[in-house]
Amino acid sequence: MNLRRDVFQAIADPTRRAILLLVAAQSMTAGAIAANFDTARPTVSKHLQILTECELLQQEQHGREIYYHFNAKKMKEVADFIEPFRKMWDDRFNKLEAVMKKYKTKK
Amino acid sequence: MERKTKIHAEEGRQDLVITREFDLPLDLLFRAYAEPEIVEQWMGTNVLKLENKQHGGYRFETRDGKGNVVFSANGAIHEFVPEKRITRTFEMENAPFGIQLEFLEFEPLSEDTSRLIMQIVYRSAAAREEQLKLPFSYGINMAHDRLEQVVSKLR
Repeated sequence: MNLRRDVFQAIADPTRRAILLLVAAQSMTAGAIAANFDTARPTVSKHLQILTECELLQQEQHGREIYYHFNAKKMKEVADFIEPFRKMWDDRFNKLEAVMKKYKTKK
Repeated sequence: MERKTKIHAEEGRQDLVITREFDLPLDLLFRAYAEPEIVEQWMGTNVLKLENKQHGGYRFETRDGKGNVVFSANGAIHEFVPEKRITRTFEMENAPFGIQLEFLEFEPLSEDTSRLIMQIVYRSAAAREEQLKLPFSYGINMAHDRLEQVVSKLR
């Protein structure tokens, strides 16, 4: 299972990003979330399912209602995903700098 | 002085900007891109061709100890303005990433320091995400392997 990939697919969709923004402000039931969108209820349910599967949302039972919570920890992981790419370029440029310093002293 | 490489990647866009300040005068920074034998040193690859001119091209190739090609890339050079700008394409050969367009701007900061601003444009926002994820997925796999090693020792 490629969970990581699912997270990126999940946030690539504009409706799902809108759902995350909504739920980040306040935990909500599926019905309350769906009320914010023109899309059909089953479509919103499908989005909620995907967001829950990749752990960006968590479900919590309150009596007969299920509330969706935003999982900030998971989102942080996604926000940090650019760091290895930055590190790769940083290493490359550090090498460039080290190499060129030799040229400087040779002058 | 901290010399951090910064990546600016706005969500949903198909480009990103890499900025780096160097503890090098502008002429040395530019030479690192212009002279094949220097490019070879810091890129760790063989430079088969490097035509620093409009309508020029370049080709890099890396071989392992047995002589097998492990990395090869090429591109077309559109602009080459010494100590100022290089505009070129980049394509990794035998890889599914597609061709990207690179705008490199070289700027002096002081007599001994300089800055490189590199804008990379991908074919689509999705293609950019794939590139960004590459070292990330690699890191995740590495972490996973390490975890497996630790766990296997515990057994």
